[in-house]
Amino acid sequence: MAEIVLEIPPRLDYLAVVRLVVATAAALDPPLPDSRLDDLRLAVTEACSNAIKAHRPEAADEPVVISCHLDDDLFRVEIRDRGPGFDPDALTRLPDPSDPNRLQHESGLGIPLIKVLTDDVTFEPAGDGTIVSMTLKRPTAPPV
Amino acid sequence: MELEIPDTDVAGWTVVAASGEIDVATAPALRDRLADLVEAGATRLVVDLEDVDFIDSTGLGVLVGGVRRARAEDGDLRLVCTNARILKVFQATGLDEVFTIGPTVDDAVAAEAQ
Repeated sequence: MAEIVLEIPPRLDYLAVVRLVVATAAALDPPLPDSRLDDLRLAVTEACSNAIKAHRPEAADEPVVISCHLDDDLFRVEIRDRGPGFDPDALTRLPDPSDPNRLQHESGLGIPLIKVLTDDVTFEPAGDGTIVSMTLKRPTAPPV
Repeated sequence: MELEIPDTDVAGWTVVAASGEIDVATAPALRDRLADLVEAGATRLVVDLEDVDFIDSTGLGVLVGGVRRARAEDGDLRLVCTNARILKVFQATGLDEVFTIGPTVDDAVAAEAQ
């Protein structure tokens, strides 16, 4: 299993770099299909954005760590921050799109998007922080 | 990548053309531009996303805020988008039911409101 680790300052302007590095790792043979790379780019952006916002007040001088794990049939990306963590199941449910009150909510789509776009996601406390682990299935490599 | 937001007018609608990646780092520029336009009385808005190749939940939230402010003034905020990558995000969040989305500016302007 290969591993690629990226450490970034807790700054939102690094998100484009994170997207590029993670998508490049996921494009290694056997590459994720383009549509799944798009899913991954968005899911990683959402998770990393949350991580940076949670991490910065606690440890502004320490990096947020993004690690990509390339298994034969799975691509897993972990984002580790020093934030206090949260319960993803306790988040307020957004009104239905047909409900006029839906327009009152400009935020709250990040976690639902991550759940829709990945094959598996976990949010776990880890030491003095949180690890978000997202997994996407890789296509099976063709026989040599 | 920065957003380029030149404004044009089509049949009484103000067209804001965005390009590049709209994420939590770049979306505030679009939020400010849309808020300024509504405050200045331009409440019929079209945001052209044809040259946008990435949008995250913050970008979506900016558009939700924009349509809320426009509709509160009896206007609307409509979208131009044919990029399947971007449309998929609207569909995944149900926001394709909130916005009028057309393949061209003319179509978006002529469409019935959501």
